[in-house]
Amino acid sequence: MGAFFDRIFGVDSWYRFRRDPLGRIGLLIVGLVVLAAAFAPLVAPYPEHAGAFIDFGNANAAPSAGNIMGTDMMGRDIFSRILFGYRISLGMAVMVVSIAACVGVSLGLVAGYFGGIWDMLVMRVTDMFLAVPPLVLAMAVMGLLAPTLTNAMLAVTVMWWPWYTRLAYNLSRSVAREGYVLAAEIMGASRRHLLFREILPNILPTMMTKMALDLGFVILIASSLSFLGLGVQPPTPDLGSMVAEGAQYLPDSWWLVAFPALAILFVVLGFNFIGDALRSAIEQSR
Amino acid sequence: MAETLLELDGLTLSFDTSSGPHDVLHGISLSVRRGEIVALVGESGSGKSVTARIILGLLQRLRSVRVGGSARLAGRELLTLRQSALRELRGRDISMIFQDPVNSLNPVYTIGHQFRDILRRADPRLSRSAARARALAALAEVMIEDPERVLDSYPFQLSGGMNQRVMIGMALANEPRLLLADEPGTALDVTVQARTLELMHALVRRHGTSVLFISHNLGVVREFADRIYVIYRGRIVETGPTAALFADPRHPYTRALLQSVPRLTGGGLPDIPERADFSAPLEVHPEQPSTEEAR
Repeated sequence: MGAFFDRIFGVDSWYRFRRDPLGRIGLLIVGLVVLAAAFAPLVAPYPEHAGAFIDFGNANAAPSAGNIMGTDMMGRDIFSRILFGYRISLGMAVMVVSIAACVGVSLGLVAGYFGGIWDMLVMRVTDMFLAVPPLVLAMAVMGLLAPTLTNAMLAVTVMWWPWYTRLAYNLSRSVAREGYVLAAEIMGASRRHLLFREILPNILPTMMTKMALDLGFVILIASSLSFLGLGVQPPTPDLGSMVAEGAQYLPDSWWLVAFPALAILFVVLGFNFIGDALRSAIEQSR
Repeated sequence: MAETLLELDGLTLSFDTSSGPHDVLHGISLSVRRGEIVALVGESGSGKSVTARIILGLLQRLRSVRVGGSARLAGRELLTLRQSALRELRGRDISMIFQDPVNSLNPVYTIGHQFRDILRRADPRLSRSAARARALAALAEVMIEDPERVLDSYPFQLSGGMNQRVMIGMALANEPRLLLADEPGTALDVTVQARTLELMHALVRRHGTSVLFISHNLGVVREFADRIYVIYRGRIVETGPTAALFADPRHPYTRALLQSVPRLTGGGLPDIPERADFSAPLEVHPEQPSTEEAR
């Protein structure tokens, strides 16, 4: 782990990252959430409450020993539903960020290194996407498609990749001017080697930092979409839609909103901590 | 006399600008024989570095650049060569040593990794261990004390002088026929620069590598070059064997250069104000027939 980390982010970066309290807390939070989500069926007190379960006898109950975060209007345990909600949020965040990063980095790299017509083509399309407010763009995509988990991911990915393209473009343009890229070319390196072996590894640390931060932001945006009713549909447990449903019953049934919202905050904070710790570890290692 | 390896004949270069073509080289002719060290000396902006870039085929691909004349490597015309063919030459037949060794090595790879990349360009099937063995040999040749440690280091973990030696080792790793040295080591301090230049000199002599040595430092040139071309504003103004040229500089510009040389630090040429007589025609010192030829 440490060696792999150091290869990507620079010598001693793993050591610096680990020593950073922010990084530790972030890792702890994200580690907890990932474990809880992965083992949700085992960890959750009422795993059957993740689906279309109804128990009106115990509906809208305040937090108690039996349901530590209370129950919703259907009588389902909110804590259990949050754990299952994390599965969807995390899965979505990882998918969206990986796809957006792959597409964005490849396009940005090509546009930044080759320039000319590629630059024009790729960056103007990117500008077009960036000119539309992100949430509006995602809503437009969701409006056209059925509100399913896959389509929600698609919508968020569509609004996300241009940011990676732009970052990769700017970074690769400046790295392409470095002496070692010219030196490699003079020593006979192929274009593929220059792009993927000389330039890409040097922009990777920054891209990875952005990815860590974005995992949190994607969860936020996905929750916003669900809040607006454009994301995952009931009875699938989703943190955003849980907040939206509970909002109707504020302030009396505060637990309906407070715990899912805190759950979002918790995991987003964790990813942000990791991102910040990564950034400072890289800065010191280079 | 040894056969000619590199021959530039009437090489011209101009950039298209908004105010019409801007001429940079006005017909450069020079030659480098096998095993010979030839220096191209001039102030900055005289066109010496672009000459090296044309030989490497790095300038021609820019759309605003017009190159004329001819540049031949062992009789093969370089100017009309396709990029893919040029890429085959680079790193194998022609290689280069740069001004700033630290910036010329990729910070994310170990020295050993970068050596392997270069060696595999000549021999794609070279195994990891064979590449390491050859890299170790190359580092030993450039007088690096503990090559094992250096191979496993990243460039920023080594000193500037150490990086410069590594660069020389890499440049010569594939036994190139022509080595372009563009003011090597000017980014380093003077003593380190002097030592690495001596090392380079000894190595190219041993390997019989031809060198086009681009410099603005007459002191360095006097010590290492067999022949000298003095370039001024895109024209060769004087050429001849090193000893003859230093003994009897004939062109007004060369004289001005030599008068301005005594600076211990050798930090380069001072700016010489333009004079009308600098545009005087080319001065050529005849070459003494070498002892081999006399035999």
